[in-house]
Amino acid sequence: MQTLSINGKNYQVDAPDDMPLLWAIRDIVGLTGTKFGCGVAQCGACSIMIDGTVVRSCSTLVIQAVGKKILTIEGNSLNLEHLRQTWTDNNVPQCGYCQSGQLISATALLDSKESITDEDIDNAMSGNICRCGTYVRIKKAIKDAVELRNQA
Amino acid sequence: MKELNLKRRDFVKIFGLVSGGLLIGCNLSGDKATIANLDDGISFMPNLFVQLQKDGKLTIVVARSEMGQGIRTSMASAIADELEADWEYVSVQQATGDAKYGNQNTDGSRSIRTLLNPMRKMGAMAKSMLESAAAKKWNTDVANCKAENHYVIDVSSGKKIFFGDLVEEAKTIAVPSEDSITLKDKKDFKYIGKKLKSIDIYDFTHGNAKYGLDARLPNMKFAAIARCPTTFGTVKSFDKSDAVDISGVEDVIQLDRLKPPTGKFFGMLGGVAVIANNTWSAFQGKNNLNIDWDMGPNASYDTEKYNEKITSRVHNKGKVVPPMRGSVGKAFKDASKVIEATYTMPHIVHAPMEVPNALAWVHDGKCEVWAPVQDPQTVRAELAHFFGFELENITINVMLLGGAFGRKSKSDFVVEAVVLSQKVNAPVQVVWTREDDIQHSFYHAQNAQYLKGSLDKNGKVSGWLHRIAFPSITSSFKPMSDYAAGFELGMGFTNNPYEIENIQIENVKAEAHVRIGWLRSVSNIISGFGVNSFVDELAVASGKDEIDFRLDLIGRDRIAQGNSPHPFNTARLKNVLKEVRGLSNWKKQLPEGHGMGVAIHYSFYSYVATVAEVSIKNGKVKVENIYSVLDCGMCVNKDSVINQMEGAAIFGMSLTLFGKISTKNGVVEQSNFHDYQMTRMKDAPNIHVHIIDNDENPTGVGEPGVPPIAAAITNAIFNATGKRVRSLPLSDHGMV
Repeated sequence: MQTLSINGKNYQVDAPDDMPLLWAIRDIVGLTGTKFGCGVAQCGACSIMIDGTVVRSCSTLVIQAVGKKILTIEGNSLNLEHLRQTWTDNNVPQCGYCQSGQLISATALLDSKESITDEDIDNAMSGNICRCGTYVRIKKAIKDAVELRNQA
Repeated sequence: MKELNLKRRDFVKIFGLVSGGLLIGCNLSGDKATIANLDDGISFMPNLFVQLQKDGKLTIVVARSEMGQGIRTSMASAIADELEADWEYVSVQQATGDAKYGNQNTDGSRSIRTLLNPMRKMGAMAKSMLESAAAKKWNTDVANCKAENHYVIDVSSGKKIFFGDLVEEAKTIAVPSEDSITLKDKKDFKYIGKKLKSIDIYDFTHGNAKYGLDARLPNMKFAAIARCPTTFGTVKSFDKSDAVDISGVEDVIQLDRLKPPTGKFFGMLGGVAVIANNTWSAFQGKNNLNIDWDMGPNASYDTEKYNEKITSRVHNKGKVVPPMRGSVGKAFKDASKVIEATYTMPHIVHAPMEVPNALAWVHDGKCEVWAPVQDPQTVRAELAHFFGFELENITINVMLLGGAFGRKSKSDFVVEAVVLSQKVNAPVQVVWTREDDIQHSFYHAQNAQYLKGSLDKNGKVSGWLHRIAFPSITSSFKPMSDYAAGFELGMGFTNNPYEIENIQIENVKAEAHVRIGWLRSVSNIISGFGVNSFVDELAVASGKDEIDFRLDLIGRDRIAQGNSPHPFNTARLKNVLKEVRGLSNWKKQLPEGHGMGVAIHYSFYSYVATVAEVSIKNGKVKVENIYSVLDCGMCVNKDSVINQMEGAAIFGMSLTLFGKISTKNGVVEQSNFHDYQMTRMKDAPNIHVHIIDNDENPTGVGEPGVPPIAAAITNAIFNATGKRVRSLPLSDHGMV
């Protein structure tokens, strides 16, 4: 039995040591906002933050997160709130499935930089595939979130 | 309670479905022949519910599947607009699969096209009843009662009453006849044609949206299935000992292929299923199976050799199909210039971000399913066929679809879940791995096209010969379907929009060795590439500007004859082409190494023109800008339409740059996103979309943006480099 701290709450998880976090979060803890897309860290749908760093939960073991703070899309942070607002203003999602991962990757980007260039966005967001193709809006929403933060 | 007027089938008020609420619906379920007759895309086919509660909550049942096209929002907004509802009170309930809703097949870019007016009438009818209810309550003339923003107002006195407070009174009002219902004037629209954010936006941004893969039941099991690496191969024998050693694995079950009957349904491939108490253990168990396969009838399928075969076939005469005009032979003989070209494209796959999956629970003679499906009624019928359940004992709960693109029209993954739930006597969720999705799909057809065209002494196109070879979708339903079907040729081949005196179209044999299925915009992808590339080659040969050349080639303003609900209109096609010239600042001075290319395509009754601007650096292509103009008639949710066009550009780029499924010895060589690549943020161009503002009937949106993209890009590459790319993807040419 392991203890995982997710979005400020502790969960007792009975998972094999080699189980990726994604499946512990989805199938054992029951938080389904974090998505399965590829299982091999190629698409970013399963992105979460561990102690402030964005990781692909499909390729991170449960044991690597024990004693650390996990943030998923169900959680909150100031930058995530800004991004939710601009995601909404720009009507970013189509099917919405990849957007949990997109928002988490974008949160990590906003956490790491004061001002953000197109190149920063390309670098931070190219690990997240959106098959619906909402990239133009994601880019705009990230820039708008930086603006929103500057105004706040 | 008022007696139902069952003689009039247009609208029937149904009481009692929700306690204390007013439910206005339509019921055609007693008359299946009527539904079948009406389902021609233009006739009135009521299939939606409006439910108003006393607290003012307005629940709108949406019967089409949500897969990113925004249908839950657009359908609800059309009803809410006519109902004069306050959007804040509106919520959407997803319909289960049931014929009483009419056709639910979310496919062919047709939901808005076929349902906008029926939806608006549903809203208008509800509004009329609420106004009558207020008049009755106030004992005044109904002409004085006007619905406005969730209230009815007496214009003579100024008093007003909340919609929710009219529920009881409205229940006593007779249902108005369809012809007494008037729809709003365009200028009075509050939601239709305006920017409206997705009704699911909060859930999307908080991880609350429930897709198929998020369906959960107590004590459910998770299943992964090993399927034969070749299509229709079978299990000879297997050893499960390493699989059952995995912690969490509970059972290993062999599944035989369920072969669909000729002409309908999808069946399932069969294989070996691992049942576990979590998804990961099921995946691990599957990987640890040792299976000896009989590779079956398609074990020699090699897409490279197949490409050579169909390419050689299109260089010989095929079956001539209508329309045939004049004599291409004579045109070629009399021509001042004749050119020819061969184009090829590989199989591609949908790869929606949410893999195929389904949760099924068979218990007490009932079968309940939670799944991301595009066509829940076909799923229901298929389950009735294979398992013998009565239709009323089958419930298909339609979850959100995490992308679909045609893959989730094929319900093989639901059949798998139902078989397994029956066998293990528990709820079972079948989850495909990404590898399963890439390697066992219903693929978009590999294809070859040969075009030959002539220019007369004035540089005008005089002859057009087009030969096409690709395995048909029909092959997935009917053995020996070795030629493209009429519906496939009607997607840009036989309905070529150009005014050419001598035309000959030939259909060329192409057998299927994998399951073939429809994929966003279907064979329009093939014609969009072939026709637009070849017209570009003709334009270059004639020495004319590519846009001027196309405008000439489309010819006179004319409207196609026939009984189409949306007759093809050349003026609208020319209009989008003229508009994209302005939008893209066509032939502006471009930096060194840049080029622009144009393509146009008419599909799903909509008109699209696209210009791509590319840059080439060290032989590598970057798409810098995509400009698309769409005429889809009136828009319900314009922002959502723009979003679809942006997405279509990215989807088209993915297939142009990277899209390739290849096989060796019948086995698909790609397996995941590292070798079946997608357009990513760093590749994404600036995308500029213009929607033609008009009052024409609404036509397709989800698919029409895709077909012109490939040729717009390769035509731009030609303008940048002088190199004509005639086979896709660009990654095969070392250009990405």
